[in-house]
Amino acid sequence: MATPLRPSISPDTEFFWNGLRERLLFIQRCSSCGALRHPPRPMCPHCLSTEWDTIESAGRGTVHSFVMPQHPQFPFMDYPYIVALIDLAEGIRLVSNLIGIEPENAWIDMPVEVCFTEFDDGFVLHQFRPEER
Amino acid sequence: MSGLSGRAAIVGIGQTEFSKDSGRTELQLACEAVRAALADAGVTPADVDGLVTFSQDTTEEMELGRNLGFDEITMFSRITYGGGAAAATVQQAAMAITSGAAECVVVYRAFNERSGLRFGNFGGSLSTMPLWLSWYAPFGLLSPASWIAVHARRYMHEYGVTNADFGRIAVVDRHHASTNPNAWFYGRPITIDDHQASPWVVEPVVRLLDCCQESDGGVALVITSAERARDLPQPPAIITAAAQGATGDAEMMTSYYRDTVTGLPEIGLVGRQLWQQSGLSPADIDTAFLYDHFTPFVFVQLEELGFCGLGEAKEFATIERLSVGGELPINTSGGLLGEAYIHGMNGITEVVRQIRGTAVNQVNDVEHALVTAGTGVPTSGLILSRD
Ligand SMILES: [Zn+2]
Repeated sequence: MATPLRPSISPDTEFFWNGLRERLLFIQRCSSCGALRHPPRPMCPHCLSTEWDTIESAGRGTVHSFVMPQHPQFPFMDYPYIVALIDLAEGIRLVSNLIGIEPENAWIDMPVEVCFTEFDDGFVLHQFRPEER
Repeated sequence: MSGLSGRAAIVGIGQTEFSKDSGRTELQLACEAVRAALADAGVTPADVDGLVTFSQDTTEEMELGRNLGFDEITMFSRITYGGGAAAATVQQAAMAITSGAAECVVVYRAFNERSGLRFGNFGGSLSTMPLWLSWYAPFGLLSPASWIAVHARRYMHEYGVTNADFGRIAVVDRHHASTNPNAWFYGRPITIDDHQASPWVVEPVVRLLDCCQESDGGVALVITSAERARDLPQPPAIITAAAQGATGDAEMMTSYYRDTVTGLPEIGLVGRQLWQQSGLSPADIDTAFLYDHFTPFVFVQLEELGFCGLGEAKEFATIERLSVGGELPINTSGGLLGEAYIHGMNGITEVVRQIRGTAVNQVNDVEHALVTAGTGVPTSGLILSRD
């Protein structure tokens, strides 16, 4: 299995990547007005509060858009792969991979659920697969 | 009409040859393009007192100046966000001239984007990953084509558009390039069948023939007051409107977190300002250069600028309408896809030639022309007019 590129992590974003190691998908929540936001950042754009905590996402959502990059071919990816923009049920959007399905069977608005893929050195990435009934 | 409208003009244009391997430094390309623009404008290096380029350009202002023999420079600035800077460099120059900060401004952009650092192929060589890219690169989403494809896929879904529909933009561009001796694809037009036979770059949105080129080359402009322009040798291209636009919740080509991802609100914001400043409407535009790094966003630009309604580009963007001889000829030099990718600056020079009446694919009787800058990023636009 190819090993993906590693993210850069800042004090604003480390809670997210740390959560993945525990198989948890965290979403940042404003402590003042309760608004959720992603990607993480220090200030809430609705109320300008810098106080925040996190909620644990249920990991369910739908596919907003998806594509199959083919060129240039990166040595750190296995082909073909699907990049998907996911609408999480909690109301935020994030980019991930859609796995466990052939590209020709995937469709926009299909229900999906999170899963966690561990790579050789213990790096864990959140990915999505078709929702199990 | 705004305070900027009609006050300044592009009076000189210059460029190097456009190639895949210039064989010389980006600094030398910049110097050659500026030398050509000054000669075209009929001004000397001593006349130059302002400099504008892209934040991404590698040629330092003072290094350019010591090559060209510039003396006292009273205004120098750089514009951010990659190709979104193209038209904004001209706005910056016009603002400087209108405010009195400078009288004769040189705009330049030069790079070896094919033989040097290539924008689309940096993924394997990242020493430190930018923070914003960390939300995409681990999933294999790290080329400009793939970033825009996520937007465009949803656009295709919502409006029933196919990749073959986008192919019409490529056919128009390549048709125009085929008669432009400066174009990389001179003499090489394509058909929709050729387009559909080209390999996927990002399935099912972008094929190879939907992508702009990677080019080496330099482009420069000379801008001065409209009053002074009338004493110079070239017919002036009057800056009738010039605007920048950035909108909320934006990233550099990955603005996926807005309610809708199908539009280009930055171009919409630029367009509203261009119409307001100029007092013109889309029907007044005789030819346009719509930044064509990837064909899907040309559809969206037509909608955001008001040439057609939302979701109507599929019907509006016919090969006939967008070709020279049609109602709205676009990218008459062949565009970034057919001529060269000089970060949008070769679109501005083409529109100036259309205003002058000297383009190789000349549109009849051009009074007003529109040009946009990079899309999917904070961007800019211009309307240029005959005096
Ligand atoms: Zn808040």
